[in-house]
Amino acid sequence: MFPNRPGIIASAVVGGPKEGEGPLAGDFDLIYDDVYVGMQTYEQAERKLLETAADIAMKKAGLDKADLDLFIAGDLLSQGITASFTARTLTMPFIGLNGACSTSMEGLALAALAVDSGRANRVLTGTASHNMAAERTYRYPTEYGAQKPPTAQWTVTGAGAGIVSLDPAPVIITAATIGRVVDLGLKDPLNMGAAMAPAAFDTIVTHLDDMTRSPDDYDLIVTGDLGRIGRELALELFEKEGVRVDPKRFVDAGLMIYREEQEVFAGASGTASSAAVFYGHVMKHLLSGTLFRILMVATGALMSPTTYQQGESIPTIAHAVAVERVM
Amino acid sequence: MAKPALPEARAYQALARTREIPRPIGLNVVRAFVVGGMISVLGQMLMWMYENFFGFTEKGANNPTVATLVFLSVLLTGLGVYDRIAQWAGAGTIVPITGFANTMASSALDAKAEGYVLGVGANMFKVAGPVIVFGTVAAFVVALVKTIFTVL
Repeated sequence: MFPNRPGIIASAVVGGPKEGEGPLAGDFDLIYDDVYVGMQTYEQAERKLLETAADIAMKKAGLDKADLDLFIAGDLLSQGITASFTARTLTMPFIGLNGACSTSMEGLALAALAVDSGRANRVLTGTASHNMAAERTYRYPTEYGAQKPPTAQWTVTGAGAGIVSLDPAPVIITAATIGRVVDLGLKDPLNMGAAMAPAAFDTIVTHLDDMTRSPDDYDLIVTGDLGRIGRELALELFEKEGVRVDPKRFVDAGLMIYREEQEVFAGASGTASSAAVFYGHVMKHLLSGTLFRILMVATGALMSPTTYQQGESIPTIAHAVAVERVM
Repeated sequence: MAKPALPEARAYQALARTREIPRPIGLNVVRAFVVGGMISVLGQMLMWMYENFFGFTEKGANNPTVATLVFLSVLLTGLGVYDRIAQWAGAGTIVPITGFANTMASSALDAKAEGYVLGVGANMFKVAGPVIVFGTVAAFVVALVKTIFTVL
């Protein structure tokens, strides 16, 4: 819990062309219609996305990078190159995260912690992912013609960033629950939603227990990228354990970014899935007053191609952040 | 209220299996048959063309036919179309020679950012490599079996 009420004073999201065709297009601050976003490689493109999101967030807050104390970010690429190269551009004190797709909320929770403890005044946090960069790192070459099963998920091309501070803000972070690593032995990297569902379940019930709240205390519980299968499994786990979760108020970011006919299989994934929905869509609704209290749960699968090839199962994690509109 | 517990691993694995959306195998087979068949028909037409209009022998027409199919496959890969057709067609586009050309072209394109020697050169056979290795091993085993039988 954060008694000093750290707030999100500004946030920004940027996306690629496919995201621009989705139902949430209007919630993005900037849509690029080129997957390279004007750069030479996909890795540079991912960096550019994060840099742009950070820039827009700073502009919205009317701040310069000199006004910020810390940059907390992460991404999906090896050694967190997107986050660290963005930090190079920003020339700010930097903490790199590696929480796979849970990075967005891991960053926000840490930013809230740093600000709430009074050790930092303003913290910038964000994350980016790029579909093609992730494909070539984790799967096959981007133009390779392998057929994907319907359980697979589509990595979002985009970035989201937010600035956390004790300055008065309409949206505050009331609490965060850092998840533990959960591994129930699932091995299929083309069905990550099912692997991550127990982690989301574990973090949500821990959060509710710690806070002595019920799911009904939240207008929405938003998971990061469970996809269709993962969401269903999570709902089933809740039901089995007698936790009453209204399916209408338990939504998944992975199912919000794209339309049904956009061929994304079981839904979206990637660090930008939760980041884009949270820093864009959810923030917009909190600011306009259509939503008041949200639990955002970013889920991550912590495997690498090496562990998968060596037959290891997929360890997963979920971090939850509770945000509220106060003004 | 006691905190709800995580399910037991094996029970959850069983549950997850039942929720998996199965691959549409029947539909995939039909699509693969249609597309694979169409590629084969195209190949046959090319072969007739090379035989009848370019004076190749029946055996000799094989080479330009394969070259044409490989060229088309590489072109479609470069234009970013091949992977979309393949998602629909599955094995129909992987099994013919066009699939092999696609693995090499896509790997080469992908690695271009890392330079020509350590990028393209080192990665071109990343996906196609196993095919060649096991193709050679299989050919060796078949040849061995055949030799043993002819000697006996």
